[in-house]
Amino acid sequence: MAEPILTATGITRRFGGITAVDGVDLHVAEGEFLSVIGPNGAGKTTLFNLISGQDRMDGGKVTLEGRDITNLSPHKMAEIGVARTFQHGRVFGNLTVMDNVLIGCHVRMKAARSTVPVIGPVLELGKALIQPKAVREEEEAMREEARAIIATFGERLTPRTDNPTYTLSYANRRRVEIARALALHPRILILDEPTAGMNESETAEMQEIIAGLKAEGRTILLIEHKLNMVMQLSDRVMAMDDGKVISHGTPSEVRHDPKVIEAYLGHSSIGGARPAARDNAEPQEVITAGPTQGRIGRTGGAEA
Amino acid sequence: MEFLSSLISMPWLDYSISGLVIGSIYALMAVGLALIFGVANLINFAHGAVFTVGAYIGWTCLVGLGLPLGVTIVAVAAVSGGVGALIEWLAIRPLNRQSRIAPLLATIGVALMLDQIIHIVFSPTPRALPANIPDWRIAVGNGTIGAIDITIFATAVISAAALYAFLFRTKLGMAVRATAQDDDAAKQMGVNINAVNMTVFGIAGALGGIAGLLVGLYYNSIDPNASFQMMLKGMVAIVIGGMANVPGAIGGGLILGLIESWGIGLFGASYRNLFAFVLLLVMLLFRPNGIFARGKERAAEPMTGTFVTQTKAITLPRPLIWVLIGVAVILPMANMPYITQVMTNAYLYGLAALALTLVSGTVGLVSIGHAALVAIGAYASALLTTKGLPVSLGIVIGGAAAALIGTALAYPAFRLRGHYVAIGTLALGEIVALVILNWEGVTNGALGVFAIPPLEIFGLPLYGTKASYWFVLALMLGMAGLQVRLLKSHLGRTWKAIREDTVAAETYGVSSNYYKGLAFGFAGFTAGIAGAVTAHQWSFINYDSFNLLFSVLILTMAILGGLGNVSGAILGAILVAALPEMFRTLAEYRMLFYGAALVILIRFRPQGLLGSG
Ligand SMILES: Nc1ncnc2c1ncn2[C@@H]1O[C@H](COP(=O)(O)OP(=O)(O)OP(=O)(O)O)[C@@H](O)[C@H]1O
Ligand SMILES: [Mg+2]
Repeated sequence: MAEPILTATGITRRFGGITAVDGVDLHVAEGEFLSVIGPNGAGKTTLFNLISGQDRMDGGKVTLEGRDITNLSPHKMAEIGVARTFQHGRVFGNLTVMDNVLIGCHVRMKAARSTVPVIGPVLELGKALIQPKAVREEEEAMREEARAIIATFGERLTPRTDNPTYTLSYANRRRVEIARALALHPRILILDEPTAGMNESETAEMQEIIAGLKAEGRTILLIEHKLNMVMQLSDRVMAMDDGKVISHGTPSEVRHDPKVIEAYLGHSSIGGARPAARDNAEPQEVITAGPTQGRIGRTGGAEA
Repeated sequence: MEFLSSLISMPWLDYSISGLVIGSIYALMAVGLALIFGVANLINFAHGAVFTVGAYIGWTCLVGLGLPLGVTIVAVAAVSGGVGALIEWLAIRPLNRQSRIAPLLATIGVALMLDQIIHIVFSPTPRALPANIPDWRIAVGNGTIGAIDITIFATAVISAAALYAFLFRTKLGMAVRATAQDDDAAKQMGVNINAVNMTVFGIAGALGGIAGLLVGLYYNSIDPNASFQMMLKGMVAIVIGGMANVPGAIGGGLILGLIESWGIGLFGASYRNLFAFVLLLVMLLFRPNGIFARGKERAAEPMTGTFVTQTKAITLPRPLIWVLIGVAVILPMANMPYITQVMTNAYLYGLAALALTLVSGTVGLVSIGHAALVAIGAYASALLTTKGLPVSLGIVIGGAAAALIGTALAYPAFRLRGHYVAIGTLALGEIVALVILNWEGVTNGALGVFAIPPLEIFGLPLYGTKASYWFVLALMLGMAGLQVRLLKSHLGRTWKAIREDTVAAETYGVSSNYYKGLAFGFAGFTAGIAGAVTAHQWSFINYDSFNLLFSVLILTMAILGGLGNVSGAILGAILVAALPEMFRTLAEYRMLFYGAALVILIRFRPQGLLGSG
């Protein structure tokens, strides 16, 4: 097996009484596509929050290409090339689609930003005011690239490039989020339920885009409830329940693992529409098809 | 050494007793604020005005009508309770919880209006509040306790007991507690949230009014200008106690009273308010959940897009902008010196509003202490130029000083969110004013700085009304132009991204503290030169020249124009600063006008006249 680019060992996160993530190990190789599945509240999002720096772990270690990146702050994570999307969608509502994607380019801005100590801030303000040639050219190049990324999503986003994202549909906002993540040129791309709240055709479209990203040889971590999609895209699948990894292997191995089936049935409902608030409320929607049929449906688009 | 000896010789018991007595009054204030925060998720800035209303109702009953103290207390509770309920009904309920910072700003408007009404009815000068409380004192250990202490403490305890009986023994009280726990659940259980809110504002008003009466009795004096200070004391107490925590608020009030009293014993009375604000900042930074909170609380959902409503800003067409600038340039030719002067003043406010709209609108840090930046610039330039530095250099240094000191002071507050930013900046503003007041060796203390040299650049005098008008106009337009340029650069979108969702911005590599610092630095420079120029215009400044009212004023201007909107800030400044001056009656009731403007604006056009940018 190829040398892993990202390795996490013994990751643990406790919230008060509950252990949301309990000693999870995870590794992913360059160009590999790893999916994490599991019922609601299994700890998938929390695990990814820990890996990408949004949350601080109580125990464990993460390395990227051998470098220790445990509990690095989110903006440092971005600088070393970890990009993620959010389960509940977090676009900048009052910014245009273009500006949202340009924020994704932020860490790659070399001419406009300044890292010189002490006088750095004055330099950055000064350059923003004077707009020297290098800064203008860089900005134009980034815009050009952002337009290309937006074009990946075809007619969905291109005509709306200069609209503020609060005017966009829910599905379009999810697309903007992915575009923003791609603009970072990530070493690792982390997608948390990119099709949540999308209908069948939108889901199929998104799956095609993600398959395209995979074909480009990107390293991708995916959380998804739609098993069909997971089966088709993943090189490897990890199933979680109650904060622990319960199964791990090729898509078909995990899919037929009795422990996985039991975990899903035990919870009797999967991927039900949950309010955006992180609560422990029982999901309201029931399973639409057994895991053995390969489609665990997230039926509603109620997340919007 | 002096400190050590006063530490030993201080009559601890006396100071502790007076600390507890004052603390019990703070506790009454704090309980009301905590109840309102729990139920309506709002810091009621009008709470201090209700306190003052209580004091004057007390005076009317005791002195005007000659009623006994018992009857007076009941009357005070009834009237100020009614005022509290009225505030909820008129200013808070219509907002429909549209955003979390909006009601806070509305209560600031109400506070200004109530204060002005009291000034109109009772005159703005303090008056005595004698009561027939016997003046015996009994010796306890090596201190004494007086009848007045016992009366006040007993009244506070009885009021608190009545509140507890209400909360735990009545149906409405249960509804209040349920709403404070979880208002959605309470609503589903059939609780009438509006009734609960009104009740809570009423109770808070009654307690605040009683506190006003008690403070009046304690010092035998009532002061119509004490509102904000008292409201701040209550706020400090609830920050200590943990915001919505009612027993915590009582504890916080007593702790604040004790610390203040001991502090006065050790350092002297002029530092009284400093202790409260330093305590406030320390709490916000290290124990934002209060000292009684157990363990780590669940991180709150990010408060994003708190005030800037999602609208497209109106961009003025270029030709119109040039026409307006042209009109502004030829205005002095009309030879109306009064108007020219008023407009010069408005442009200075415009500079300050530009600074504020960047920080509060573009970056989303709602600041109620922005006057501090202006004051730093004013003092830096005034002090240096009176010692011989050329005025033009003084103005630049004033800007730089405000940028540097302002950013350094605000830096610890950058990690605060939502309401806490407002409280933190407010405290910073007050601390700067108090430092100016007390650092006599440098700032000349309460006397202020006199004989500040008039405006000039590089030896070219700008004394005349017209010359200074053009200078200030050029300065304002220049800074506005720079700000527009910044907003068009990568900084504009980066700042807005931080405002919209700090977590997402950080996730994409935006170091939010650094960029907040950049915004504060630039805004500080703008505000600093506004202050410096003002100082040279006025030739005299003191610690009170740039006070809380000034901060609230420029916030009103920025909101009126549209938060984050550059031309809006200038328009807002002209409307708010110049309009009242042009109509005599408006000028007389200025605060009433400002307060009403703020309340009406937030109710009907929270995005401002030109839309938020
Ligand atoms: N900030 C928090 N504070 C307290 N508990 C939390 C917090 N975040 C998550 N949890 C809890 O941790 C557990 C795991 O949550 P997590 O969001 O990681 O699940 P998930 O697998 O992503 O579920 P879903 O499929 O519904 O998104 C849940 O019990 C959740 O309530
Ligand atoms: Mg999740």
